[in-house]
Amino acid sequence: MLDTFTTGTNAPESESGGPISTNSEWTFELIQEYDRAIGELAEEFGLDTYPNQIEVICSEQMMDAYSSVGMPVGYHHWSFGKQFISVENNYQRGLMGLAYEIVINSNPCIAYLMEENTMTMQALVIAHASYGHNSFFKGNYLFRSWTDASSIIDYLIFAKNYIARCEERHGLEEVEAVLDSCHALMNYGVDRYKRPYPISAVEEERRQKEREEYRQRQLNDLWRTIPKMGNGTEEAVERRFPEEPQENILYFIEKNAPLLENWQRELVRIVRKLAQYFYPQRQTQVMNEGWATFWHYTLLSELYKRGRVTEGFMLEFLQSHTNVIYQPSFDSPYYSGINPYTLGFSIFTDLRRICENPTDEDRQWFPDIAGSNWKDTLQFAMRDFKDESFILQFLSPKVMRDMKLFCISDNDRENEIVVSAIHDEDGYRELRANLAGQYNLGNREPNIQVYAVDTRGDRSLTLHHTQHRRRPLGKDTGEVLKHLHRLWGFDVHLHSLNGDEITASYHCPEQGRDRPEGDEESMLVPKPI
Amino acid sequence: MSYIIDRRLNGKKKSTVNRQRFLRRYKAHIKKAVGEAMNSRSITDMDKGERISIPTRDISEPIFSHGAGGHVERVLPGNKEFISGDRIPRQGQQGGAGGGGGGASDSGEGVDEFVFQISQEEFLDFMFEGLQLPNMVKRRLAGNESFQVVRAGISNEGTPGRLNVVRSLRAANARRIALTSSKRRNIRELELELAQEEEKDLVLRDQRRIDALRDKIADLRRRVDRVPFLDDFDLKYNLLVRQPRPRSRAVMFCLMDVSGSMNQATKDMAKRFFLLLYLFLQRSYEYTEVVFIRHHTSAKEVDEEEFFYSRETGGTIVSSALKLMRRVMRERYPASEWNIYGAQASDGDNWNDDSSTCHKILIDDIMPHVQYYSYVEITPRDHQALWEEYESVRTLFPEHFAMEQIVDVQDIYPVFRQLFSQKVSA
Repeated sequence: MLDTFTTGTNAPESESGGPISTNSEWTFELIQEYDRAIGELAEEFGLDTYPNQIEVICSEQMMDAYSSVGMPVGYHHWSFGKQFISVENNYQRGLMGLAYEIVINSNPCIAYLMEENTMTMQALVIAHASYGHNSFFKGNYLFRSWTDASSIIDYLIFAKNYIARCEERHGLEEVEAVLDSCHALMNYGVDRYKRPYPISAVEEERRQKEREEYRQRQLNDLWRTIPKMGNGTEEAVERRFPEEPQENILYFIEKNAPLLENWQRELVRIVRKLAQYFYPQRQTQVMNEGWATFWHYTLLSELYKRGRVTEGFMLEFLQSHTNVIYQPSFDSPYYSGINPYTLGFSIFTDLRRICENPTDEDRQWFPDIAGSNWKDTLQFAMRDFKDESFILQFLSPKVMRDMKLFCISDNDRENEIVVSAIHDEDGYRELRANLAGQYNLGNREPNIQVYAVDTRGDRSLTLHHTQHRRRPLGKDTGEVLKHLHRLWGFDVHLHSLNGDEITASYHCPEQGRDRPEGDEESMLVPKPI
Repeated sequence: MSYIIDRRLNGKKKSTVNRQRFLRRYKAHIKKAVGEAMNSRSITDMDKGERISIPTRDISEPIFSHGAGGHVERVLPGNKEFISGDRIPRQGQQGGAGGGGGGASDSGEGVDEFVFQISQEEFLDFMFEGLQLPNMVKRRLAGNESFQVVRAGISNEGTPGRLNVVRSLRAANARRIALTSSKRRNIRELELELAQEEEKDLVLRDQRRIDALRDKIADLRRRVDRVPFLDDFDLKYNLLVRQPRPRSRAVMFCLMDVSGSMNQATKDMAKRFFLLLYLFLQRSYEYTEVVFIRHHTSAKEVDEEEFFYSRETGGTIVSSALKLMRRVMRERYPASEWNIYGAQASDGDNWNDDSSTCHKILIDDIMPHVQYYSYVEITPRDHQALWEEYESVRTLFPEHFAMEQIVDVQDIYPVFRQLFSQKVSA
């Protein structure tokens, strides 16, 4: 049974007079009133949002939501259980507070409010999630072109049901094994350049049937072993398969793995689709959080200016806000990387300043922006960028100075670490470029692609890792290869390349040292195309 | 337009399935931890939950990532004293301060253990997993504490909460039909008459008769309307009756030797064994009683405190305890109503000629009535006459009698598992 409150019905008379609430207890009526007030302000500021669905949940439900990576409907998997257990443990022992909110990129945009929050926190969350994140989901180009907010819930339901059916039919262990392997490769199940089709549950189910038959036919063709009748000229042109290296490893497996059953391919596809859904979020963390933080700050400050909230409210709000954007310095024991909230918030706030009160420095650095309409400029910055390009474009010298950013260059061929740039005139550009690079997924994750399949021989799969500044692969690599091997069904080789030179090779199943090394190398060294 | 929805009443246990999956996957780890916990725990908190720790390495989900090395540019916040061109000597791998390269991202990996708590219930599940109580459980009607409420048709009396609307209205309808049918038949007849009268030619019409008929019809109509739509005696209620429910209940006899040869450590081991058995029985039966009997040369029924902690010494006559058990069984726990379990712990010392008496009592009076009888001998020494006599009992009742030897605390749990391990049924 759901109690649904709809804003707009029996609107209170007090249009703009007096604070909305004076104590910290929340009620549904108050939430509704705050939502209306914040919503009106957001509209004034030109935020375009999906409709909001605000759900009040208790802390335990929040932990549930947490552990299913924020998906409102998730399939069952032990890794979510592990996540849940560790969240639960930490929460119960007071090691961590729960996030105040979780917001889901869907239409309507679902935001969770926790029961335990005070009224101030609820208002903060509404401003942050229901208007900040929400408008980001709707506006940012990555979300617009890569995810389909209206169909994600449907798809999740389809996925959950499909996986449950598979578990019934093929057993928990079987399904779990495939999912484990897919999760290991989840980051490599993403199309970076092609736009995927929108997905919907009904459509998906219909197409799933079609795919089943089609795939089998395709596969048979690829793995055909009956010699072709003819004059044999085709044999001469030995085609490499795949013709171009493939970056989407899961897609490649779904379409080409020789031994997978149809339902297993479908599981691969489901994980791939989810990876694709989360891909924009991974690329816009700084922007997304910065945008939402900027707007909760702006909206609530504006409410205060108009006398709709009290000083007490503002004090509590500012305390939470400062906690959120706290950035420990690099030598602090609490340091764990750059806080995306801080970075994003600082950039957006400074953008507004540059528009409203530009200095000479700003005019020199941002001639187009300085003095322009700040709302339009911020919208532009939010819409058409991702973290990397956003930082490269908008990180101002002032923010670099405020955060006291500096850049170190750690080269394992040298004995000392060099401070290559600091927040000064000479360093701004290098600093900015390096920070942007840090948010480039291409640099963060090893670049691994499917290079070749030995279609005529032992059906082995060869992957190439193209090193970024000689960075080697981590120690989990062997484990991941085992997962890949499980999906592929035949030998898997991974070569780590620095330029054209193989610096490390991984194999699954592992190869003995007894094989003559020269022989192997000559066989596997790729010829530059 | 925003919707605000109260979801707090929705299910909270969305993650239960995933949690179960996790526990299932790491069963081996948890079982090991439970086994260890069994040995190290103090007796009073034997049945609490347990912290389980699993090496992080075993539960990590591997992904492709960068390892240490290569040429890395890193931007850090909070510069205090550095200027460009500064050179910082490289510190050890763990060096957090001074911006030591690989610091934040991958330090501490593989060292931590993933620690979590399992609940008491889960703990017991793991503890007794794969164990079963041998022999069928007798269910008996006993006592009057347990009832099951079942539906038993419809009654005329009851509380408003149990009102059966359909049946009530059906009864009301029937009553209305019954009470008004003759009047309505009358009305129909009179109306027919009236119609006939009104059809007559104006001259022939008898106006007084028409009026009289009309009055009569109106009167009858009023009387029909006066019949109430719903009356007290129409009301029907769902009838629920309480049926006594068969309950399974068990009594456990703990027999322990407290003679001089049993020291505190041995008694402690015996106690652990009894406790395990008690917990196990409690899971299988809704109601469990325990009878403590201790003996040296004579046996005595005592309470728990005295059973484990009072000091007495003397010689050993095991049969005295068995005799007492036999008496208590006859007086208070008839085998037709109770599932009887016997557990005996001793160091194996006994008067030599007493062991054969034990054998006789067991075979004639105890074994035929008990579900299961287990004997543990807590001694590092060789077996004596009692063990041999009991062995012959075992050959007679292989299904119902078990015996094992315990040398030190580590053995208790394994021995317990062995005694109750699931037998593959033929």
